[in-house]
Amino acid sequence: MAQSSYFVPSTAKWPIVGSVGLFFFALGAANWLNQGASGPWLFAIGVAIILLMMFGWFADVVRESQAGLYNEAVDTSFRHGMIWFIFSEVMFFAAFFGALFYARMFSVPWLGGEGTGAMTNALLYPSFEAVWPTHGPAQLGGDFQTIPGFGLPLLNTLILLTSGVTITMAHWALKRAQRGALIVWMIATIVLACIFLSIQSYEYVHAYRDLGLTLGSGIYGSTFFMLTGFHGLHVIIGTIILIIVTLRCAFGHFTKKNHFAFEAGAWYWHFVDVVWLGLFIFVYVV
Amino acid sequence: MSQETTAHHDDHHAHHPTGMARWVFSTNHKEIGTMYLIFSLAMFLVGGAMALVIRAELFAPGLQLVNPEFFNQMTTMHALVMIFGAVMPAFVGLANWMVPLMIGAPDMALPRMNNWSFWILPFAFTLLLMTLFMPSGGPASGWTLYPPLSLQGGNSLAFVILAIHLMGISSIMGAINIIATILNMRAPGMTLLRMPLFVWTWLITAFLLIAVMPVLAGAVTMLLTDRFFGTSFFNAAGGGDPVLYQHIFWFFGHPEVYILILPAFGIVSEIIPTFSRKRLFGYTSMVYATASIAFLSFIVWAHHMFTVGMPLGAMLFFMYATMVIAVPTGVKIFNWIATMWRGSMSFETPMLFALGFVVLFTIGGLSGLMLAIVPANFQYHDTYFVVAHFHYVLVTGAVFAIMAAVYYWLPKWTGHMYNEKLGKIHFWWSTIWVNVLFFPQHYLGLAGMPRRIPDYAVQFTEFNMISSIGGFMYGFGQLLFVYIIWQCVRGGETANAQVWEGARGLEWTVPSPAPLHTFDTPPLVDDSVAVHKDNLS
Ligand code: HEM
Ligand SMILES: [Cu+2]
Repeated sequence: MAQSSYFVPSTAKWPIVGSVGLFFFALGAANWLNQGASGPWLFAIGVAIILLMMFGWFADVVRESQAGLYNEAVDTSFRHGMIWFIFSEVMFFAAFFGALFYARMFSVPWLGGEGTGAMTNALLYPSFEAVWPTHGPAQLGGDFQTIPGFGLPLLNTLILLTSGVTITMAHWALKRAQRGALIVWMIATIVLACIFLSIQSYEYVHAYRDLGLTLGSGIYGSTFFMLTGFHGLHVIIGTIILIIVTLRCAFGHFTKKNHFAFEAGAWYWHFVDVVWLGLFIFVYVV
Repeated sequence: MSQETTAHHDDHHAHHPTGMARWVFSTNHKEIGTMYLIFSLAMFLVGGAMALVIRAELFAPGLQLVNPEFFNQMTTMHALVMIFGAVMPAFVGLANWMVPLMIGAPDMALPRMNNWSFWILPFAFTLLLMTLFMPSGGPASGWTLYPPLSLQGGNSLAFVILAIHLMGISSIMGAINIIATILNMRAPGMTLLRMPLFVWTWLITAFLLIAVMPVLAGAVTMLLTDRFFGTSFFNAAGGGDPVLYQHIFWFFGHPEVYILILPAFGIVSEIIPTFSRKRLFGYTSMVYATASIAFLSFIVWAHHMFTVGMPLGAMLFFMYATMVIAVPTGVKIFNWIATMWRGSMSFETPMLFALGFVVLFTIGGLSGLMLAIVPANFQYHDTYFVVAHFHYVLVTGAVFAIMAAVYYWLPKWTGHMYNEKLGKIHFWWSTIWVNVLFFPQHYLGLAGMPRRIPDYAVQFTEFNMISSIGGFMYGFGQLLFVYIIWQCVRGGETANAQVWEGARGLEWTVPSPAPLHTFDTPPLVDDSVAVHKDNLS
């Protein structure tokens, strides 16, 4: 009977744990930002609770899935959940891309005297010329250099694109029930992800130490670090997902037909990949 | 489409928890819906109290009761609490209760996440409201949090931003759940074009929520980093632009106002046919109108910023695009009226509120059109005319529709009829005083009284006094609403499954009160159940 019916758990203890965790997280973060002494502690407690919640919640779901409680309809609901979640993430990035485009197409040219900005430029910032990259008329953050696109970022692009291929290979192996190949391809993907992250971290250190490029380098620094930073955060999350999925592959949780967790992870990975392409083009190259 | 057969509830085997645990751990769409609605009512009263502080201060010119700083905190908090705490959770609560019942689903698609969506809210609002008790006070920059002003406030900014993040997470998860439920959990035969309009409007609203809540999250994150981490998104000295914030905010903000009204359209489209004892006129056009409104809502945002100095071409584009929205909105109003045409109408409380909605929301829509005219907008942007506009669409629009929905479905939820006489009194009391409250604000705005100020020139005194009296009468009248609900939950005439003679749809096929689990075995849906198909004649 359980096979064909829609599974509705009777109670859920993890959500309230998650809410408490989020509360401490937010309370701690706000306190911390305002220099409150308790901030970091509350924040750490919040993070710990959230991690506990995620671990416990996913463990429950894995257990139920292994017990065969989920039918096809539940699977479809999960798919909807993941797709729309990724869509919401896309829109989050869209806000930052929007800021980048706006700065490049409007605010910087206006400050430089274009269009209706003529008087602003003449009266407030007479010496400011609209060029990109810029740290604005007040030259916030001091002189800086940018990271050329056709160096490490290009390498990173190739790495991420390759990881998109390797995860697809893994999927094919899974669909052919070749567990060995599956795990090898997954590990390859994870290794590529880690290389990507290392290069990114190296680049950040380089930017701060040698190039004078920081979060405070005007609008260029703001858009550069916020876009690549949030992307990097998503790569980290994606890598954790990949690791967990790989472990589950190793435990033999997935079958040829039934492996939604794998697919969700792969979708997420492709999303991270596509965002990077946007970054590569609009942040580094153009 | 839906492939599920029956539902399997754990608690058929294990026993259902009782007491507090029942609510805290619930995965049941009816219990969670109830919590949403109660939370929303509580926030409605909190936000209402703030509004009364505002109206008390504005009763007479000069500063009497509160200092300007606190006044600004009240206007800011009132808006945030009402939008994110009262109206949105009320709609999500109604969706929780009614969407599964209307499409013949055993529960929401993702029941655990449903619990989480709700339980984030009380924490988020604790975070928001606690700023009022901090030494530097609550946020005072208006709910739109425009920089640079919002960056110059006290400690509250970080709390507000994180609270908004939590509300956003809650809304996004709620919306994902609703979409998954509607797309995946419909009973066999419940095709998309057989769905009740409330379901349709919520489907589209959920899409809007997922599309724009993350954009708001991005906007406030940029505020946060500008304030605390030295970025220059909104700082011209660094090459950014404060106006950029307004663009991003209103890219969220305008779809948001439709998030606040589309479910209301759905509710009214359920109620008017019932009490006209006719099918809904122009069902398909209603669906298309809703979809076009949602689409257009993405390309009109700059009508909130006509005075910031945009290029002329942009102003013209946003003016015309905004006016185009009047077309699908007009289609809706036309359809509601056509539904009533030659119907055998009766005027129970839900119908009264729905009719009040149609008339008064239209007033708000028309003042919106006036505001959309660029040269005219220059005159009354940021005046009380705007305040009058959005309160007509939000109070006599969204809130009236929510109250209509509560009266309409309360018998289904509780198994009792509410007190019809008191309900009617509540309607007339609200309708009269809400107009006394908001109508004079049109004149104040046209005469030039700016919004968000604690003091004003003496020539505005009379209209402000009238408005304040209306505010207090309307406000205290809502306690009657609370009483009616309380009374109906406690007891009253027993309601049968059908409740309303002319009502159609699956929710009326289950007993009143609806048992905890409904449609464990999905019903078969054909045209005779579909709400808009006419088989009454
Ligand atoms: C017929 C459709 C509508 C039109 C043409 C319209 C137009 C406008 C315009 C032009 C403004 C900007 C006024 C100004 O600041 O100068 C405005 C403000 C506003 N509208 Fe509407 N509107 C419409 C419907 C709605 C609806 C349905 C809602 C919500 C349920 C709504 C809520 C608001 C709010 C909250 C504001 C003020 C935001 C703020 O500045 O705090 N409007 N509207
Ligand atoms: Cu708008």
